[in-house]
Amino acid sequence: MNDFVKLEGIQQQFDKEQVLKKVDLTIPKGQLFGLLGPSGSGKTTLVKIMIGLLNPTKGTVSIANQKMPSLKQLQEIGYMAQNDALYSELTGKQNLEFFASIYGIFKKERAERVDEAAKIVNLTDHLHKTLEHYSGGMKRRMSLAVALLHRPSLLILDEPTVGIDPVLRASIWKDLKAIQETGTTIIITTHVMDEAEKCDELALLRDGYMIAKGSPDELKEKSKTETLEDAFLYFGKSQQVEVG
Amino acid sequence: MRVNVIIKRIIQQLLGDKRSIALMFVAPIFVMTLLWLVLGMEDYEPAIALTDVPEQFQEVLEEQDASFSEMTLTEAEEALKKQEVDAHFRLENELMNITMEGSDPTATSAVQRVLNEASKQLNPSNLNVEIDFLHGSTDVKLFDNIGPVLIGFFVFFFTFIIGGVSFLRERTQGTLERLLATPLRRWEIVTGYLSGFGIFIIIQSIIMAAFSIYVLDIYMAGSFFAVIIISILLAITALSLGTLLSAYAKNEFQMIQFIPIAIIPQVFFAGIFHTESIAWIDAIGKIMPLYYGADALREIMIRGQQLTDVWGDIGILIGFSVVFIFLNIVALKRHRKL
Repeated sequence: MNDFVKLEGIQQQFDKEQVLKKVDLTIPKGQLFGLLGPSGSGKTTLVKIMIGLLNPTKGTVSIANQKMPSLKQLQEIGYMAQNDALYSELTGKQNLEFFASIYGIFKKERAERVDEAAKIVNLTDHLHKTLEHYSGGMKRRMSLAVALLHRPSLLILDEPTVGIDPVLRASIWKDLKAIQETGTTIIITTHVMDEAEKCDELALLRDGYMIAKGSPDELKEKSKTETLEDAFLYFGKSQQVEVG
Repeated sequence: MRVNVIIKRIIQQLLGDKRSIALMFVAPIFVMTLLWLVLGMEDYEPAIALTDVPEQFQEVLEEQDASFSEMTLTEAEEALKKQEVDAHFRLENELMNITMEGSDPTATSAVQRVLNEASKQLNPSNLNVEIDFLHGSTDVKLFDNIGPVLIGFFVFFFTFIIGGVSFLRERTQGTLERLLATPLRRWEIVTGYLSGFGIFIIIQSIIMAAFSIYVLDIYMAGSFFAVIIISILLAITALSLGTLLSAYAKNEFQMIQFIPIAIIPQVFFAGIFHTESIAWIDAIGKIMPLYYGADALREIMIRGQQLTDVWGDIGILIGFSVVFIFLNIVALKRHRKL
């Protein structure tokens, strides 16, 4: 049970550039796990490898003891990509209904799920509009709603709160915590330190290496620093230290 | 069925995009009408200058479809230079001298036709011929002859653009990747896409063929149904080729770059020009889907053949589609192995 998501010896090379050098990572079930790192550190690549959208050059991924990519596991995963990946010609409601149907949610339940997801991201009043008329933040929220629709047991969110105002961000974090309490494992990428603080455990990524892993407190303790930011700088200097 | 979900979404999407709908349905009609106007025009009437032409010859000439004006030598030379006349006939030392303006082959051959007709009338002892037609009639004009090719071409062209670009957008806006992060199978995505657009393609083909045949009155010896079937097969080939090539384009601009490479050359080898005489040039056409589509359309529309007579073309078109569809499914492997 302690290794719900398991990455072993992941390496990824694009042309000549090695984006991920060697990543071993296990994430236990039910955790809210953060991938923290500056842009270009390989967060999105790692997330795509997890879900099976990229074949790693080397290494394997398994989720719930099943090797990825697995269509069966994909049914259990909610994914929010870094770009919004929505249909701008369709209304919010049409977008949600489309993805709900893709996940095989039956008609009776569909309306209920659409309402539920829209409510979490606070878009209930805007469902009838086409996405062309959505602001950037609204699209981000719609994208999150799509990931929540089928009540997945694993949520993978790539920078979910970029462009979302602080009030809504706080409310989304509250909802994420609530979703976690129902037993959902959540993996979130971020480069915002105060968001990282809210995670149960963190993996720090830099230049394709995982430079540290542990809970925010552990990381601070180990690096004898007061803030995660300082901890990140500390581990950045002495690369590849295992914590916790 | 999840394929149906994709079909439904494509319909919703296209219905929300009025301009693309217009391009699909109105543009082919617009272009065919213009072609019909241009190609269906009456034969060109040349303007000819005459200097010292004998009375008798001039009388015969004036019965022909051409406009004549008597001019002096210098006037006529001036008129030729200014392209006011297409040719200058003059009698010099008992010999008929003709100077053509010569820069426009249509005008030149029109003048020659006038000459031929006139000399035939002057010299009626020439062989008397009566011409019968196995297919068509003297009514088969240029538009009727290349019309079937052009119907095929425009169906191919518009389908390629709309299908290719919209699948490309699915890639660039990330929704294709998003779909591959769901349990959808690769073949379900491809099938859903082709079927969703397929509905619009069928409507487009029917509009295009019906308009050409019933409104523009293009020469039509075969069955309307057969024409529709061939158009649809051709469109499916274009659609699957468009979605396939979109995998190799990074943006819309790169997609458009495929048009001069993959689409335009097909029209050269589809029967508007006669390529049969040189085998290796003719062979180039044989790797192009439009060659077979246009051939089938011509057989049906001009020669009145049945679908069963063109089964070879049909088989090859289906073959192209199957290969392209298969390659589409394989190309998606780039995004997800499974």
